[in-house]
Amino acid sequence: MTTSTTMSRSTGYRFSWIGMIGFAIILFWAIIAFLAPHIIPYPVGEIVDEDYFGPMSSKLLLGSDYLGRDMLSRIIMGARYTVGISLAAVCLACFSGAALGMAAAVIGGWFDTVLSRFLDALNSIPSKLSGLVVAAAVGSSLPVLIIMLGVIYIPGAYRFARSLAVNVNTMDYITVARTRGEGIPYVVFSEILPNIIGPLLADFGIRFVFIVLLLSGLSFLGLGVQPPYADWGALVHENIGGLPFGAPAVIVPSLAIASLTISVNLLIDNLPKKIRDRSA
Amino acid sequence: MANLVEIRDLKVEAKTDSGRRIEIIKGIDLDIAPGEIVALIGESGSGKTTIALTIMGYARPGCRISGGSVTVAGKDMVALSERQRANVRGLEVSYVPQSAAAAFNPSKRIIDQVIEVTRIHQLMPPAEAREKAVSLFRALSLPDPDGIGNRYPHQVSGGQLQRLAAAMALISDPKLVIFDEPTTALDVTTQIEVLRAFKAVMKKSGIAGVYVSHDLAVVAQIADRIVVLRGGEVQEVAGTNEILADAKHPYTRELLSAFEPKPRGESIVAALERKPLLQVNGLIAGYGPVQPDGLPLVKAVQEASLSLERGRNLGIIGESGCGKSTLARSIAGILPASAGQLTLDGRELAPSARQRSREQLRELQIVFQHADTSLNPAKSIEEILGRPLKFYHGMKGKARDTRIDELMDMVRLPKALRSRTPAELSGGQKQRVNFARALAAEPKLIVCDEITSALDTVVAAAVIDLLKEMQRELSLSYIFISHDLSVVEAICDEIVVMYNGRKVEEITPAISKVPQHPYSKLLFSSVPKLDPSWLDRLERDPELVKTYVQG
Amino acid sequence: MRNYVLGLITNRLGSAALTLLIVSFAVFFATAMLPGDTATILLGQAATPEAVAGLRAAMHLDEPAFFRFARWLFGLLQGDLGTSYVNNVPVAELIGARFVNTMRLAGIVTLFAVPLSLTLGITAAMFRGSVYDRIVTVLTIGVISVPEFMIATSAVLLFSVYLKWLPALSFASDVTSFWQVLKIYAMPVITLTFVVSAQMIRMTRAAVIDTINTPYVEAAILKGASRRRAVLVHALPNAVGPIANAIALSLSYLVGGVIIVETIFNYPGIAKLMVDGVSTRDLPLIQSCAIIFCIGYLALITFADIVAILANPRVR
Repeated sequence: MTTSTTMSRSTGYRFSWIGMIGFAIILFWAIIAFLAPHIIPYPVGEIVDEDYFGPMSSKLLLGSDYLGRDMLSRIIMGARYTVGISLAAVCLACFSGAALGMAAAVIGGWFDTVLSRFLDALNSIPSKLSGLVVAAAVGSSLPVLIIMLGVIYIPGAYRFARSLAVNVNTMDYITVARTRGEGIPYVVFSEILPNIIGPLLADFGIRFVFIVLLLSGLSFLGLGVQPPYADWGALVHENIGGLPFGAPAVIVPSLAIASLTISVNLLIDNLPKKIRDRSA
Repeated sequence: MANLVEIRDLKVEAKTDSGRRIEIIKGIDLDIAPGEIVALIGESGSGKTTIALTIMGYARPGCRISGGSVTVAGKDMVALSERQRANVRGLEVSYVPQSAAAAFNPSKRIIDQVIEVTRIHQLMPPAEAREKAVSLFRALSLPDPDGIGNRYPHQVSGGQLQRLAAAMALISDPKLVIFDEPTTALDVTTQIEVLRAFKAVMKKSGIAGVYVSHDLAVVAQIADRIVVLRGGEVQEVAGTNEILADAKHPYTRELLSAFEPKPRGESIVAALERKPLLQVNGLIAGYGPVQPDGLPLVKAVQEASLSLERGRNLGIIGESGCGKSTLARSIAGILPASAGQLTLDGRELAPSARQRSREQLRELQIVFQHADTSLNPAKSIEEILGRPLKFYHGMKGKARDTRIDELMDMVRLPKALRSRTPAELSGGQKQRVNFARALAAEPKLIVCDEITSALDTVVAAAVIDLLKEMQRELSLSYIFISHDLSVVEAICDEIVVMYNGRKVEEITPAISKVPQHPYSKLLFSSVPKLDPSWLDRLERDPELVKTYVQG
Repeated sequence: MRNYVLGLITNRLGSAALTLLIVSFAVFFATAMLPGDTATILLGQAATPEAVAGLRAAMHLDEPAFFRFARWLFGLLQGDLGTSYVNNVPVAELIGARFVNTMRLAGIVTLFAVPLSLTLGITAAMFRGSVYDRIVTVLTIGVISVPEFMIATSAVLLFSVYLKWLPALSFASDVTSFWQVLKIYAMPVITLTFVVSAQMIRMTRAAVIDTINTPYVEAAILKGASRRRAVLVHALPNAVGPIANAIALSLSYLVGGVIIVETIFNYPGIAKLMVDGVSTRDLPLIQSCAIIFCIGYLALITFADIVAILANPRVR
């Protein structure tokens, strides 16, 4: 995809420009999310414009929303919810998925069979559907959203980690470790994990994108983050009435989501590579 | 007489992981006369297959012909367009791959693939092509020449597929056929039939050939001229007899010397008391669901018994599927035996490694064939060697560091490699680390499962020398599993021949080198010799071949 | 051999049935987690304890959860989808016509998306690394990286707001002319086709590239076959199984897409019905819709698996 590359001779890693751009945008949103309350120009709830769906202006950089509130401030605060909830959920999904997956691959037997069968079945419920069912049953408070998003993606993370670990588990060095008399924790953490950590991190990124998209989709349906809080998906939901006028209040939150998810994909496709052939 | 192929100053570049280009063929000149068979010989990475493929104007993905010319029958394959090259491929130059099993399309009938060349180049009507294919099948002495083409590739044995691939290459009456290690994946007893078929067809039709191989003895049977390659450069070119009798280049001589039989030498531990170290009694092991009699459905090893004395070595030899690796894995407790007893140094061994004591596990170490998969790529050599020291001997800090240095010294690895990962080592170095890890446990017995099979001849010979040296110094015993008779003869005091899961014979080379059992006779006589007339003079009992050789 | 194939297929079907059982179990218990008492919620806080107890008994809410699950599942098997909490109408009646609408939408999308994706995916794999391939790759990554509603809103902005070709966000139920039908279906179909095709193109491309990188395709090229022939005659027949899987998996994105698209375009399908059911907490309706979607998904995957089995000459 890229021809322009930068070489960092001192570390022996290669990182392409496209990957760096992706990384920069992710970093940008992370900082925005972290500093949000300190950098918003207007309080999020305050009506600052007499007009609703106001255009971009020097006073309101991103225009105003359906009540005449400042969109820039709402986008900045929305970053907190979109990034924060997704990050918490993806950690839950990937840590438990990877741990279970590696354990299943190494232990094998009926533990593996039962767990795989059960989680694969859960995996065959489309993610938005699970979201709807849970939202209907337990509502959508922030903790419920985090746990729900995490649990929905555990089967996927499990399956991915398991398939990687199963491949590594057939290697002779695992057999050597086992005939040496090593226990399961050593085999999992010392022999398998270091070999699959790279793909697991990439999977973490991909699953983060999935979760951002699912959260935004649910919020867009009005079933995700509830007022007075609003993530980017909820901002689109609130302001959908501005669509026929092409108001920035509908377009900008969508662009914010796209910039985040596309950046993560760009970074994953262009991760820094270690230069293997220095001596060759 | 004009040459059929003229290669001048050929250069090929390959792209590395990080996008750098390196030259893998560094300016080669080569001529092939019409009807001549030229062998390209060298280790893995010598560029022999890459050169052969350039004759078809082809470079594998990631590679590129960067300079020079390859003239085939007056056309420069480097300069031609892709479409013009396609007109030469299959028609004037054709290709027999190393693994026909992978090179046949699994979803199409064999006959359709064999005659596809005639369709692509519009040579003859399909019915005629079919007839020609059948006559080629007959010439290559394939069984059921009329019906075999209607099968799918997975329904035919490896040796037969290799001959079918040759038929596919020959159907267009090409001027040149490239054989890319066509018998390497086959068992020795099968190899003979395939080699004979190739040789007969090539001699009869007067087609020129390029025979790519790492095995000098195989090449000696079929080639007129031999080109010795190393690191993308030609080391020596000469007629076959000349190379065998009077090699000029030191590297060629090294290759040849790897073939010289190296006697085991007098066992140095003979003076020690002769005490049995390992005893195996009536061992049965296999795969699949357990049957009512408590034994597995597929019995890969049936009632094997053997005994090994301290300081002596036992070789287990046989062809693929004979159960030798299963036997090794059962001894090591990786695949628990279903029946039979194992005794190590007077104490009984549990069938499964999990039930054995840490001390028993330490005393019996196993070393695998593929160093690539036996060494954790995420760990440094230091960590790999340090773990058994800590695990078995509780060594830490300085003591462990010193011991790692000693081990690396023992297996002749430079200390600079300590912090490297396995990927940065050569194949031979990796196998030394693999072996050093077993030594770190300070075992009494090391089971070596085909440990030299993946190595080039010269490197393998050096590893065998290392094993012998370690034995002298540490009074170890080895169980050496291999399909390669010469390797086993070089190091073992006792040789067990296995066939179809059973031990058919036990030979003590010091007493008699002549096998008695018909299968052993067949197996021993099938190992190619450096003598070019060996294949033509070899006589095999057709009944024996029929009984023991599949395909 | 024939029996072996039948065995494999039976095995797949059995496995799908087991999965469905686990899925319905999960759906039932997710909805049964509802905090608070369903009867109280239905009757409101002001209801008398007797009325609540009566309703509980009538709805079997006083039985152990497992019995309720068994009762519900047994009902499902007999086609009894329960009664809506909200308007006391049998769920089957609510779903009926809307189910047909959703299937029609999905069918039209499939009709567009599958040929489009196969063509783009296979050609991109054939000319791997070319400018064409890169453009296809970048576009598909772009589409799968953004939420479905963004595709839908972009379509509205483009076709209704700027070009003014199509009506925005409205669905007239009384359509008279073919032209109107076209206008109504255009945007939902365009949106869903984008969403589904991006996935399908990527997966088809990957499946074909996997088979192109095999020794037998190299062998075909060395026989003098053109690139086209090598891909179409040698790689493709072996990619049928993986491609069938890719199509099935991508079509399952229809489920997620349909939920958004029906809501945004006010399309009277079961996804819209379900979303409305979520806001009114109409659990029997939600359970039934969820099960219908899961059955659709499983049917697709199982069908693809069976195609893959039949396409493999090793078992045929």
